[in-house]
Amino acid sequence: MSMKETLQQLRESSLGAITAAENIDALEALRVKYLGKKGELTTILKQMGALSAEDRPIVGQLANEVRETLTYNIEQRRKTLSEKLLEMRLSSETLDITMPGKPVEIGKKHPLNTVLDEAKDIFISMGFTIAEGPEVELSIYNFDKLNTQEGHPARDRQDTFYFTDDDSLLLRTQTSPVQVRVMETQPLPIRIISPGRVYRKDEVDATHSPMFHQIEGLVVDRGITMGDLKGTLNTLVRQLYGENTVTRFRPHHFPFTEPSCEVDVQCFECGGRGCRVCKGEGWIELLGAGMVHPKVLEGCGIDSSVYSGFAFGIGLERMAMRRFNISDLRLIYENDVRFLSQF
Amino acid sequence: MNLSREWLSEFTDIRATDKEYCDAMTLSGSKVEGWEVTGEEISAVVVGKVTEIVRHGNSDHMWICTVDVGKNSPITVVTGAQNVRTGDLVPVAQDGSALPGGIKIHTGKLRGVESQGMLCSLKELGLDSHDYPYAIEDGIFIIQEPCKVGDDIRDVLGLGDTVVEFEITNNRPDCLSVIGLARESAATFGTELKLHKPVIKGGAGNISDHLTVEIADPALCPRYTAKMVRNIKIGPSPEWMRRRLRASGVRPINNIVDITNYVMLEYGQPMHAFDYSCVKGRKIIVRRAAESEFLTTLDGKDRAITPDMLVIADEYNPIALAGVMGGLSSEVTDSTNTIVFESANFNGTSIRKTAIALGMRTDASGRYEKGLDPMNTVPAAERACELIEMLGAGEVMDGVIDVVAAEPKQVCLPLEPDRINSLLGTEISRGFMVKVLEKLDFIIDGDMIRVPSFRSDIEHYADIAEEVARFYGYDKIEPTMFSGAAAKGGYSKKQQFERSISAICRGMGYYEVMTYSFGSKTAWDKINLPENSPLRRAFVIQNPLGEDTSVMRTVALPSMLDVLGTNLSKRNMDVKLFELATVYLPTEDSELADEQTILTLGAYGAGTGFYELKGCIEALLGALRIGGLRFEAVSDNRAYHPGRCAAVFSGDVYLGIFGQIHPAVCPDFGLAGEIFAAELSLRDMMRCVGPEPTYVPLPRFPAMTRDIAVVCSRGVTVAALADAMYKAGGEYLESCKPFDVYTGPGIPEGKRSVAFSLTMRAKDQTLTDEHADEIMKSILSNLEKVHGAVIR
Repeated sequence: MSMKETLQQLRESSLGAITAAENIDALEALRVKYLGKKGELTTILKQMGALSAEDRPIVGQLANEVRETLTYNIEQRRKTLSEKLLEMRLSSETLDITMPGKPVEIGKKHPLNTVLDEAKDIFISMGFTIAEGPEVELSIYNFDKLNTQEGHPARDRQDTFYFTDDDSLLLRTQTSPVQVRVMETQPLPIRIISPGRVYRKDEVDATHSPMFHQIEGLVVDRGITMGDLKGTLNTLVRQLYGENTVTRFRPHHFPFTEPSCEVDVQCFECGGRGCRVCKGEGWIELLGAGMVHPKVLEGCGIDSSVYSGFAFGIGLERMAMRRFNISDLRLIYENDVRFLSQF
Repeated sequence: MNLSREWLSEFTDIRATDKEYCDAMTLSGSKVEGWEVTGEEISAVVVGKVTEIVRHGNSDHMWICTVDVGKNSPITVVTGAQNVRTGDLVPVAQDGSALPGGIKIHTGKLRGVESQGMLCSLKELGLDSHDYPYAIEDGIFIIQEPCKVGDDIRDVLGLGDTVVEFEITNNRPDCLSVIGLARESAATFGTELKLHKPVIKGGAGNISDHLTVEIADPALCPRYTAKMVRNIKIGPSPEWMRRRLRASGVRPINNIVDITNYVMLEYGQPMHAFDYSCVKGRKIIVRRAAESEFLTTLDGKDRAITPDMLVIADEYNPIALAGVMGGLSSEVTDSTNTIVFESANFNGTSIRKTAIALGMRTDASGRYEKGLDPMNTVPAAERACELIEMLGAGEVMDGVIDVVAAEPKQVCLPLEPDRINSLLGTEISRGFMVKVLEKLDFIIDGDMIRVPSFRSDIEHYADIAEEVARFYGYDKIEPTMFSGAAAKGGYSKKQQFERSISAICRGMGYYEVMTYSFGSKTAWDKINLPENSPLRRAFVIQNPLGEDTSVMRTVALPSMLDVLGTNLSKRNMDVKLFELATVYLPTEDSELADEQTILTLGAYGAGTGFYELKGCIEALLGALRIGGLRFEAVSDNRAYHPGRCAAVFSGDVYLGIFGQIHPAVCPDFGLAGEIFAAELSLRDMMRCVGPEPTYVPLPRFPAMTRDIAVVCSRGVTVAALADAMYKAGGEYLESCKPFDVYTGPGIPEGKRSVAFSLTMRAKDQTLTDEHADEIMKSILSNLEKVHGAVIR
């Protein structure tokens, strides 16, 4: 048999063997058998020296072709076998993805703070800053400077907690004293909200608590009008409760604003027809507001013939209770984890 | 304030449905809380005439009545009542009728006899004998009103009136009256207000011959008006008056009492009637009570009265508590012949304080305390006398005693339309403003506004602006957004810091809680706060709701332990909580509190332990860029386990304390098992926040790690061992982390083995094994030298 024939025979037999190799190890053995240092192809090539100068390049070329073919086929086969192997592994590693995940517990904000933070962000986007002030407060700031003089029922000891015999020091009953402190100390114009804890002497029940939270807002500048108050509060209410929320402004009375108003939103439950949620009124009371009383401005050293302003106050608990449909105020301060984890 | 629309119609004629009326009044400032139609629940109840009565054959107390209800044939009704006679007119609830309380009446058999309805008592119609004094309580209502068979009972009894419930704000006591609300209604609907001037015939002598009045304290009683009536005849008042009182929520009593109540409701002026024969010395003195005086009030209670209370006295003794309640001794009774009507004006604050001090707020005191119109006393007294004559209840004396101790001030304000418009953001005409104000009985005199005496709430142009705005309509004011210099809103540093803490704590699995800011001495005792602790100095509430809320808290731990206790009692098994709690500390240099925020953590259950808590604190402080952390064992804080408590410092700054709660403290909070808590000062943490990070080049050469275990005395802490290693390792020892502590077989008594993983690295070259061996050698020798620790 000529060398040429031997090479052709090797090519045919080896290709068959490579295709038949069932695993990577068998394939590697074939590679050694044919292409290794002592492999069949090498052995054949060693005999090249015996060829004529004429035949040598032809056989050499053929031998290279055979080597390339074998190398290529072994590689192809290796790829095929690897893919199969990977497939088998993946299949054996398949998980039941319906098993529950390993729990990672992340805590939650208290529902009051969830609502408060949302309101803060709305006001900050409207250019407000957040003012803070003392809870243990002077009567002067909580009452006198807010046009609530000596003798006013709100100052009674059955409504307000006091620290001193002369009733000069108390637990603030509203966050409004912060407004006064801001008006006295900060340069105009003013655009603040003052959220915080306030205290009134109410026994704890489903709708009362001796401590609760308010968010008050104050804007003072030249030319502030009641129209501005309506525009601002409409924006707030729509961001809180949705673009289509309908509001109603009706006259009311607060000592430190004049004119004053209360703002109702059309009942979310019945759309104003009247239901259990709105007690048949079609409206739900949301907040109190008004134009800052000129006496209050003057008391803080602000010229009321040049400047005007508006103020508003919202009860945070009521907002949160409505938002999350919480029926009993006591739940909010009980802090049962089964409650807290719902929000 | 409950307003009868029927009564209202006497003063102004408003053609609006109940809903239209209520909506409009709410929008003009008189908030309607609700309304109801009297007798609304009653239907198909008619007047019937009993034509025949026979005994029920099967019952010893029932009667079978044949009743003509105005239909073709009479009906048969069985009744158990004993007061029905043939020929009586009675209310008949027919088959399919409805009565108050949701009761439905249907034809049914009573002991075998078919009853086609029910004869009604007053109670079954929602009334009582105060409404119809001639009727008996426990029997069928025998009707004596003008009516005929078949009439709807609602028409006969004057039901079907609408009663509107108003929420009247404190500044508008004038609206606590039919006339006041009629004025508001007329201004709201643009209708005419028809006021009435009382007309009295009189002729029963002159009051000045029988009585004098003296005001001893003009500040507390600016005005006192009296009228007298003699030969009074006590009896029921007429049906129309009883019905209006009932609609207003006032129970009819007798003609004299009813008249005082009627006038109070109509004019808003409280009235009182004295038995003249009990006014000793024919003299009324309005004065402060003397020391240790007593008065028995109409409700029969003996009241100890004090000199800060105003009384109405005769020459010798108090006979009434001014503006609050009359005295029992001068009560009008069946034997009274002559009465004195009091119509007075008192200082609101004084009345309120008296009512609170004695715990007896009455309808009258509730009105006085808001400040009433001093010009109203005379018309009200005259109205009462007019009603006396109208009801034939007595003979009115001529003359009036009217002592004006303090002249009321006339308030005048300029009318400034431009200023009002610029405050409201409107362009309302001057003419409209004048029209509104005149409708409300303000007098416009050129550019001057004279405020009526009943509007003590009006004292400023802003008040005028509100009057204009509420009748112009708040809804018509165009919403605008204020302009002016664009302000940049945002959170302060502290607010941002609090938000970061909250986010980190939540990320670590802690839920946020909110607790009351109150504390108590008991709470301090429960956490074993030493008697001499400065934290026992607190703001003490003088009028607390109870002991447990009697001071402002100076420590936040008890609040957290209370919440943990609540959760444990609800069988919540694994709990992790945090709070940003305010504490209130007295300071030397201010009367106000130093209000500080404390971060408290509290945890129990799976995944909690001392080291878990410490890990959280380290992670939290690390995330807040608070470095140089140092921990010191604390064994003398008796709220915590003496062997499982640590103080945490950043450098020299004390940040707070944490650890396991002392087992002896737990039961006081309803806690059991291992409970963990931490208290960290927000202010001190904020002080220790490090600078913004700057980039440090990443290491260029590989590190080498070696694990070692050394045996040393148990008292040597891991921190001390590490310290000795760092000292010896110098710049090459990057870190040494303890990973195992072992005591037991193989380790001598009193000793322990601690295993560390050491990482070494050189800045400028790859460490060789030889170099690393040298470093380890010096580390080990220093461990032995300093702590007697030897390699295991």
